[in-house]
Amino acid sequence: MIRFVKGNEAVVIGALYAGCDAFFGYPITPASEISHAASEWFPAVGRVFLQAESETAAINMVYGAAAAGKKAMTASSSPGVSLMQEALSYMAGAELPGVVVNIQRAGPGLGNIFPEQADYNQSVKGGGHGNYHCFVLAPGNVQEMCDLTALAFELAFQYRNPAILLSDAVLGQMMETLHLPTSSPTPPDVRSWAVQGTPGTRSNLITSIYLNAPTLEERNRTLQKKYAEAQKEARAETDRTDDAEVILAAYGISSRIARSAVDRLRQHGVRAGLFRPLTLFPFPQKALLHATSQRPLAVIELSNGQFYEDLRLQIGPNAGPVTLINRMGGMLFSVEEVVERVLSFLKKRAGNAK
Amino acid sequence: MKRLKTVGFYPSFDRSGEPTLDTHYCPGCGHGILHKLITEALVERGIQDRTIIVNPIGCAVFGYYYWDAGNIGAAHGRAQAVATALTRLLPHAIVLCYQGDGDLGAIGFNCTLQAAARGERFATFFVNNASYGMTGGQMAPTTLLGQVTSTTPHGRSAENDGYPLHICEILNQLQAPVYIERCSLADTPRIMKARRAIHKALDLQIEDKGYAFVEFLSPCPTNWATDAVGANQFILETLEKEFPLGCLRDRSSDAHPRPLPPSRPSLNEYFGTSEASDNILSDPNAPEVRFKFAGFGGQGILSLGMVAAEAGRLAGRNTTWFPFYGPEQRGGAAACSVVISGRPIGSPVVDHPDILVCMNRYSYDRFADSVAPGGLILCDTLETINVPPPHQVRRVDVPATELAGQSGAVKAANTVMLAALAWLRVAGLSSAGFLTALESSFKRKPALIPLNRRIFETALEWCKTHLAPPISSPA
Repeated sequence: MIRFVKGNEAVVIGALYAGCDAFFGYPITPASEISHAASEWFPAVGRVFLQAESETAAINMVYGAAAAGKKAMTASSSPGVSLMQEALSYMAGAELPGVVVNIQRAGPGLGNIFPEQADYNQSVKGGGHGNYHCFVLAPGNVQEMCDLTALAFELAFQYRNPAILLSDAVLGQMMETLHLPTSSPTPPDVRSWAVQGTPGTRSNLITSIYLNAPTLEERNRTLQKKYAEAQKEARAETDRTDDAEVILAAYGISSRIARSAVDRLRQHGVRAGLFRPLTLFPFPQKALLHATSQRPLAVIELSNGQFYEDLRLQIGPNAGPVTLINRMGGMLFSVEEVVERVLSFLKKRAGNAK
Repeated sequence: MKRLKTVGFYPSFDRSGEPTLDTHYCPGCGHGILHKLITEALVERGIQDRTIIVNPIGCAVFGYYYWDAGNIGAAHGRAQAVATALTRLLPHAIVLCYQGDGDLGAIGFNCTLQAAARGERFATFFVNNASYGMTGGQMAPTTLLGQVTSTTPHGRSAENDGYPLHICEILNQLQAPVYIERCSLADTPRIMKARRAIHKALDLQIEDKGYAFVEFLSPCPTNWATDAVGANQFILETLEKEFPLGCLRDRSSDAHPRPLPPSRPSLNEYFGTSEASDNILSDPNAPEVRFKFAGFGGQGILSLGMVAAEAGRLAGRNTTWFPFYGPEQRGGAAACSVVISGRPIGSPVVDHPDILVCMNRYSYDRFADSVAPGGLILCDTLETINVPPPHQVRRVDVPATELAGQSGAVKAANTVMLAALAWLRVAGLSSAGFLTALESSFKRKPALIPLNRRIFETALEWCKTHLAPPISSPA
């Protein structure tokens, strides 16, 4: 089945086919279509939809549903996701699975409703208090808004950890062709840990409090081990990197503009390639090192270098030249702008080499 | 020491490495009494297996050391949101929230109020001891005027700190709660009354009748700087004056269990599994054509773009649609970008359109100069545009609003524009494709299909007599 839908609607379809039992949301532009579609489609197929009184309540409802072993999600945009950070820390601490969709808008503060990617650090580094990470998935088209929402549920339940779909206002608002999933996964067996009001789960306990410091340290070490194991889930896509003389690195909407820029640069005779991470946590470090291998790297992002700094960290001391090409505040770069800035980066490099 | 036998607790409490039968509560604290009353009631009703207790932040954060039922710890103030999800997803479960005054009445009061207003199917046991316990005896929303706490060292002042919240009375303003009662744990007769209230609240859950709320005025000798006797005296002589005991509401005889959910279609039944258009052969060699549609809000600009994109999809192309969106709910300017291409599409945002469709003068002024060389501007003649088109750009004027008005549907001016795009063979797309896309856009309002088809065909006729033939005919 093919449908022409908004990215925001594709998220809901992905969630439903992933077996999501409940959607708890609070509306905010530019994520509201997710709530709109969920309010129509979830009840229509016998699932739970509830508009919460706040983002704080919505994510704590997700916490409650997850404690019961159910698949639940919420969706919001940057300011709303900021409000959810406390509960995400609790979920990571209590090892609860759940999915949060962030259709990023521009900040800081109330900002505006146009696209930005400035919640990178908040999403990738933990966001709330304590030593934890969420899985962070970065879709680049409407199909992936659906498919990576489903993957978010899969990873969340496999590792009992919250997962974030880190998207942006363009991907949420744009329409594109979606191939609907055809089947749903078997529901996971959660009886060993979930609290379901049944004899078998009566002695289960969901909590994140450990007053005994050695116990809590041990717990933290277990979490870190889990994140290290999850490294194998890292995913990335590369496009024309093999013969490339310059690599453009971008995710989300920036990666679409970067792909057009790669096309245009090749027309100009510059062999450009694209590195696009699909998971931002865990970060696809191997794929990055393989794609770049000390070649010039242009990092394209709608934020103040958060992604750029992380890429430099991932590449380590053997990096080739790296440059940041960014916009902020809800401004998008045109393809021409990216092409010009990549060309001037390469020119400067050539100048330096002389 | 002789111990009273209790039921419903774990046989011993695993709270400090060594199993013990001591709780962590201070001597004279009300929590122990209340824990005992609740667990006894669970056992008497035979519902331990079905019960989930949402534990709060505060002294009772460790309730799960004691009560032998399903246990979930919630973040500060969020027990009612957690319980909401539990009761919605586990209709067979008996869900209880056990919360103190800071948790329920301060940081979490909105969650309390909203869950009560929704009439969520769980019971709330609210422990009011007019202070924050575990955190160190600070002011609570229920602290009395003049009461000394560690953050009101000179007594709570109305001027600085406001007045105590009467939670039961506030909830009693709401429509949905079924049962609201305030009890006290200060002496044996009162404890027996509290016991009956707990049973009632649980029975309402067993019968699935709705939101039950019981408040307990509970002694806290430690933070009230007194002993067990003095604490009970304080409740009897002072606290009960501010918070009168009694049942504020009992609508249990009018309350009903949730109806059984109706049977629902499967996802594949609901969304469908295939359509004829799923099997269109793709056309990877088609060139990329970038459109911008612009006009007033209400002119159907966004849907015009969607129909054009759908026509592209039906021809086997990749398509994207992206709206310019703003804070206005109605009116204002409306615009959207559409890209139709044989290859995968990069940016869906169109800065330099090959085709610009303008439904008003404002859009023309705003976007005409951005049209790519060799491009086309299609204009409605609603507002006269008497400036020459930009260099290397062709302009075609169509009286879209006028033609639609003659057909009795001014709002269908966008359908006239679609016909003009079809006549001009933009992106090499056929009239039949545009018409199919137009009709499928009215899937939900089939009554409008004949009218729009007529307008589309009338507009094509107009184009035939008034416009030059297409720039190039498709291969």
